[in-house]
Amino acid sequence: MTSKFTLTVNGQPYSVEVAPDTPLLYVLRNDLGLNGPQFGCGSESCGACTVLLGAKAIKSCKVPVSEATLGSITTLEGLGTAEELHPVQRAFIEEQAAQCAYCTNGMIMTTAALLWKNPRPTDQQIREALDGNLCRCGTQLRILRAVKRAAELLAAEGV
Amino acid sequence: MAAERSRSSAWSQWSEGGVLAQANQVDDWIAIQPDGTVTVFSGKVELGTGVKTALAQIVAEELDVPFERVQMVMGDTALTPDEGYTAGSTTIQVGGFALRQASAEARQALLEMASDRLDAAIDELTVRDGVIRVSHHPDRTITYAELLGGKKFQRRITLKAPLKRPEEYRIVGQPIPRVDLPRKISGAASFIHDVRLPGMLHARVVRPPSPGAKLVSIDEGSVPGVRVVHLGNFVGVVAEREEQAVRAAQQLKVTWRETAHWPKQADLYIYIRSQPATDNVLVEEGKVDAAFKRAATRLTATYAQPFQAHASIGPSCAVADVQAERAVIWSNSQGVHPLRGAIAELLKMPPEQVQIIHTEGAGSYGHNGSDDAAADAAILSQAVGQPVRVQWSRRDEFTWEPYAPAMVMEVSGGLDRQGQVIAWEYEVWTPSHTNRPRGKNQLLAGQLIYGGRSSRPQWFGGGDRNAPTNYDFANQRVVAHWLAGLPLRISSMRTLGGAANTFANESFMDELAAAARIDPLEFRLRHLTDPRAVAVLQAAAQQAGWGTPLPAGVGRGLAFAQYENEVAYVATVAQVHVDALSGATRVQRIVTAHDCGLIINPDGLRNQIEGNVLQSLSRALYEEVTFDASHITSVDWDTYPILKFSDVPDVDVVLINHPDQRAVGAGEPATITTAPAIANAIFHATGARIRQIPFTPQRVKAITSALDRQV
Repeated sequence: MTSKFTLTVNGQPYSVEVAPDTPLLYVLRNDLGLNGPQFGCGSESCGACTVLLGAKAIKSCKVPVSEATLGSITTLEGLGTAEELHPVQRAFIEEQAAQCAYCTNGMIMTTAALLWKNPRPTDQQIREALDGNLCRCGTQLRILRAVKRAAELLAAEGV
Repeated sequence: MAAERSRSSAWSQWSEGGVLAQANQVDDWIAIQPDGTVTVFSGKVELGTGVKTALAQIVAEELDVPFERVQMVMGDTALTPDEGYTAGSTTIQVGGFALRQASAEARQALLEMASDRLDAAIDELTVRDGVIRVSHHPDRTITYAELLGGKKFQRRITLKAPLKRPEEYRIVGQPIPRVDLPRKISGAASFIHDVRLPGMLHARVVRPPSPGAKLVSIDEGSVPGVRVVHLGNFVGVVAEREEQAVRAAQQLKVTWRETAHWPKQADLYIYIRSQPATDNVLVEEGKVDAAFKRAATRLTATYAQPFQAHASIGPSCAVADVQAERAVIWSNSQGVHPLRGAIAELLKMPPEQVQIIHTEGAGSYGHNGSDDAAADAAILSQAVGQPVRVQWSRRDEFTWEPYAPAMVMEVSGGLDRQGQVIAWEYEVWTPSHTNRPRGKNQLLAGQLIYGGRSSRPQWFGGGDRNAPTNYDFANQRVVAHWLAGLPLRISSMRTLGGAANTFANESFMDELAAAARIDPLEFRLRHLTDPRAVAVLQAAAQQAGWGTPLPAGVGRGLAFAQYENEVAYVATVAQVHVDALSGATRVQRIVTAHDCGLIINPDGLRNQIEGNVLQSLSRALYEEVTFDASHITSVDWDTYPILKFSDVPDVDVVLINHPDQRAVGAGEPATITTAPAIANAIFHATGARIRQIPFTPQRVKAITSALDRQV
């Protein structure tokens, strides 16, 4: 039933032996011990599990591990650490753009992918990019401000 | 008022006085470490609202230590005082009070010790950042750590230690950033979902198709390699790997006999009004019936609140390590101490052998499935003799969490010829909103194993919250009709009945204002004398540009309330556009003015108010738990939609600070005025009076179409 898969996660190669239909999320959390991506729904409808595959934000709760071997995966941990934060993470702190912060992983990863593709998004474009990410605490306005601030920080730092 | 009294009588053990009577030593709350770190033990927990930061501010301020030196330990039955539940916006109000007293007592004790050591009178001493100095000999100093580091205070909290005056505050009142965010935004283990123990197994509970269903047969061979646990009607699967447990829960061959038979959803509100009820007169003032008789105008309207889900973004989750004489359970429970008793009963262990450690989860906004997940994990760990992690599926979260109860409210009002309210009668049909685990029967696992079903009200409060208004009505009657229960599983959700009651009260005030042909702001002001009530209403109206012209199809609505009739004041103005063709409401802007007394952390407070506004907007426009004869049909984010980014309006928060007034809670108040403000704005935009939550396009369209036919 199980097969061996090689993944590149946060710049490191990992080898895991699991069933091919195992959702990538479980491999990241349980085999690699990562905490950034979270389980929210298992049906790609809330965004809590978002990671980057290459430069694209994907929801890891449904995509099987067998389909995640071709690109390089970045999780929240790979973006920046508490000591050395990525500008998007810094922007979320500066705007205090969270309450429970369970959805924050998805918000930050989706923002990182958006700003990579579109460094100066309009308010409308930000809302569209984040529309598949749900926040139940009601911090959406802070998140919108954080995305704009992140764009400024990235521009200022020429990242 | 009545609602507050009913809570305080049942929850008095966790009131300010009750908690400090139990945990009456400084050492119960505060320890000074040899390195000067201040460890604070709080029985309250962080649910994502920022109280870990705000409580640390209160301690740092009153104890006179740098904020960064305060380390919070929260919600651990082995370490922290029993402060009941983190609920009802009482963490700052009650938990903050206790910590403030403990800190002031600790500071006083340290001053007395320093007085001996420095050979100076207490009034010659000053404190800054944990260093005590003799005022006229600034080189004669001693630190808290030198005085006490690692030792105990051994001192009772007298409630007589001098407290700082608000004008001396340097830390309280500052927008200090949340202490927990750096870890959370960088993927450091923060959540209950991130707890991992050596030898930990993954489990899922296989739920019956409907509540009350009986297990008929189970084929353990259908899930090879996976351990099946069944006790009564409780069925769980335990596996080495999480995806194995998920698959096994789907593939296990199990048959059930269903017994549930619920009323039709379309008849829910008729059903609620027809149930036997215990009546409770909350307010009876003046001569109500006589006043109605002499009224120039009399109106009556009925309002409806559906079942709503907490709908946490993260599913309920828990980890348990249950051994023969010791059980440790990690849970996002709102009340670790009460949960300990319930789990101990479930596990048939003495409570002293059970430790519950609070670990943060996704925001819960009340009593969701977190306690049940803790019980699931505990039972399964006990059965397999290894640590077990249980995480609910999204479907289980939606179908098994205890919902905010459905309610019906009917209001009648009588106006005199000048448009003044001379008679007011309010009735609410509601069950108790509290069904928290006080024993095994309130836990799903306990119900499944032992067959018990708890619908016994724990206290009559909750559904009557904010049933009385704060208006000066000379003749009024407010009655709660308490139902023994409802067919669906219910318990506490943010504001309990406060949101539905304020929806009814403030919609009806708008209906009366329209009948009297008086501006809704002016109409409310004519019935208010409390200056803080007037101030909050005027602040919201001014910020929103009340009375300024709007384009066609756009309307403004207003609502005011004082939460629980005696704590925070809140007023909201909503501006909405209603699409004439579809009936779809788009909220363009919300202004909320808020007065919760002394502000501890203005940015944390704004965050709470914004969150309350957006969540209650979501509840008002989109949210209703749906069901058929025996099944919940709200099972995912498509069938229970919530607010999305594309529909988020501008939110403008106006803070009114009263440093001379006690700090009261802000975790809920701004929820209760949103729905009526939106309903009143829909009326202003279209003439359609919507009296049923949520305000779906179909419902609004049905009313506007009926109005069109009348014309």
